[in-house]
Amino acid sequence: MEYKVEEQGEKRATVRLVGRLDASSAPILRDALKDCVAHDLTALVVDMEGISFIDSSGLSALVSGFRSAREQEGTLVLACAGPQVRVALELTRLNQVFAIYEDVEAALASLAE
Amino acid sequence: MPLVFETQPRGRIARWLDQWGERLIPADPDLRDGLRVLVFRIIALTSVALGLNYLYYRYTRSLNVNALWFAIPLLLAETYSFIDTLLFMFMMWRPALRSAPPTTPDHTVDVFITSYSEPVALVRQTAEAALRIRYPHNTYVLDDGNRPEMRTVCEEIGCGYITRGPEWQNRPRHAKAGNVNNALLQTTGEFVLILDADQIPEPEILDHTLGYFTDPKVAFVQTPQYFYNVPLGDPFGSQAPLFYGPIQRGKDGWNAAFFCGSNAVLRREALLQLGLVTYVQETQERLIQGLSRLPVEARGTRVRHSYRQAALQITRAAEDAVVDLREGRAIGDVLDGFHQALRNAQRKAVAGDLQNIMRDLAGIEAQDARSGENRVSGASEARAAIEHGLLALADELAAVAAPPPEALGLDPRLVQMLQMDSGEALDVQPLATFSITEDMATAMRLHSIGWQSVFHSEILAQGLAPEDLASALGQRLRWGAGTIQVMLHDNPLTKPGLSWPQRLQYFTTMYSYFSGFASLIYLVAPIIYLLTGISPVVSYASEFLWRIVPYLLVNKLMFAFVAWGIDVFRGEQYSLALFPLWIRAVVTVFGGGKLTFTVTPKTRQSGVFLNLVIPQLAIVVLLVMGVFYALFGLLVGWRNDMTGVIVNIFWAGYDIVMLSVILRAAVYRPPSGE
Repeated sequence: MEYKVEEQGEKRATVRLVGRLDASSAPILRDALKDCVAHDLTALVVDMEGISFIDSSGLSALVSGFRSAREQEGTLVLACAGPQVRVALELTRLNQVFAIYEDVEAALASLAE
Repeated sequence: MPLVFETQPRGRIARWLDQWGERLIPADPDLRDGLRVLVFRIIALTSVALGLNYLYYRYTRSLNVNALWFAIPLLLAETYSFIDTLLFMFMMWRPALRSAPPTTPDHTVDVFITSYSEPVALVRQTAEAALRIRYPHNTYVLDDGNRPEMRTVCEEIGCGYITRGPEWQNRPRHAKAGNVNNALLQTTGEFVLILDADQIPEPEILDHTLGYFTDPKVAFVQTPQYFYNVPLGDPFGSQAPLFYGPIQRGKDGWNAAFFCGSNAVLRREALLQLGLVTYVQETQERLIQGLSRLPVEARGTRVRHSYRQAALQITRAAEDAVVDLREGRAIGDVLDGFHQALRNAQRKAVAGDLQNIMRDLAGIEAQDARSGENRVSGASEARAAIEHGLLALADELAAVAAPPPEALGLDPRLVQMLQMDSGEALDVQPLATFSITEDMATAMRLHSIGWQSVFHSEILAQGLAPEDLASALGQRLRWGAGTIQVMLHDNPLTKPGLSWPQRLQYFTTMYSYFSGFASLIYLVAPIIYLLTGISPVVSYASEFLWRIVPYLLVNKLMFAFVAWGIDVFRGEQYSLALFPLWIRAVVTVFGGGKLTFTVTPKTRQSGVFLNLVIPQLAIVVLLVMGVFYALFGLLVGWRNDMTGVIVNIFWAGYDIVMLSVILRAAVYRPPSGE
């Protein structure tokens, strides 16, 4: 899985992911999100458009990233979640934890307060 | 007029013997056959007895202990030849003498003409002849070359055209075996006649062979291969009248007549049954292998700590599955059990992740409480939901978001295998695909599951033999190597289901391909003696001669008796003269070298091929040198071992005559006007 972090000003950043977010790549995401928060980027949009598959460890990495952000008074939202990702989030009720937006712009706009 | 293998014009002695034969031999054919077998057995047993007598002497009294490096190899070579004689005797012990029962109507027959790169005009000729076969049938050209011109020709003359479909993309093609297997799944005839692209069938071929299938246990009927383009004198030794005559009849007597890849009619039911049996066996073996590797691989990969328990569960399940498979439990059951274990392990891994999520959600809840802001983050609801139904949720989540096999230490190829994907284009492959002599391997397998075979001793198709030395040698190398490949991969001596006579018939053919080593020793021995005087035996004097001469004579008599009326001299010459080829075949296969199926060219490759026969040339030169040197030595008085020299000169002379065939073949040019 590949990821790319882009700063968007005012502590915001997009984390664009491409590939599979599964047991082998989840640790990468976990570290990347921790890294962002450490660099004072605490309002994160995780762009899931390129993610074809997420497993339980990927979900765990997202939650762990959310917790890191919250501990710095920040937040983490998701954008462009594909069908399999949505099903996984619904089953675990994590769709009530993460705000999910249709596109990155909407997600960034919501963080601009 | 029926086609027969040509015989040389008979010499005077032969004709004289024939005359006496006419007077002594009974006219009744059954009696005559019985007498022939009896006489053969007597001669053969005598030959074996004389051989034992000879070998006993050789082993106990004749070795020249000062030259064991020479004496022992020669002795081993002679032992090899003696065993060969034994196997030959056994093979010819009770030949089958059949006549075809009458054919019944109303059977459906498919005629397959296999082709890859042969000229379209040649295939057309064969197809047109096939269409003229009298018994009602369907004709198909199996074009592995997928040539549009071929398709057009088939449409024009009105025969079927079959090529490989998309399921073969990126899968091993298996050459001719794959071609036939592919066609078997697209046709429905009760019987299948397989013809090579150049084998032109006689119209009565099916009428003369289908009758044998009245016996429901017969899986195939093999007829001879005969070549119509063989020039006078058969410089390349292409015709095989001994094999497609006495030898196949001998094997037939033991229900071990070989399938030779062409000019044979096969029962579809037998082939498909074989394909299914093989499928089950090979699937089982593949699963056992894959599952056995699992624990090793799981320990090797870096499985995350949180998944280690799950991985351990899977490896234990794999070990149990292997035990079950080996005990013969049904594959489906075992796989179900293993899949269950796999799902349990995945569920466990997912449950572990859910617990981590719960922990993080609790942290988020606490954070929310601390910050005081009323962030409705839904965290507490999610955490409660997970806590309440962890296992059930793990189950549901595992169905859509399970960790991939690699995360649990499973090779993804294993998963593919567990889904019963063998990696092949066709699951069921009746014709064996592991050797380039797929025909022998298939026949052996059919015999091992209880089917019978028939050799019908009548030429019913004629084809093209290689017209240049390089092609002829290439073909023989492939046959030799392919046969040895079968021996290594599917050893007849240990294959379950074969009777001991059958095992020996297959083994005999494979054994004969090791003759190259013995031949080399037989060729080099006289050279060493003539040039150096070093002898492998203590003496060439009378005791030695009294034992070897009768043995050799009766041995030759036995062979001549079997081959009476058949021109086998060429075959004998080539058997010896191709020793570098046989050695190369053995070495390549045992060394694990790659063998590929290449189509023998049906058109002449031009040129003189002396470079192909350098070893033989070298040996002949050395033999001639040796003869002259030794004679000179005797004359001048350097040496006084006259008996030894004379014996070795005869030996050298015999060797030279035998090798001459291939030297002539190397410079052979067809008569002008071709």
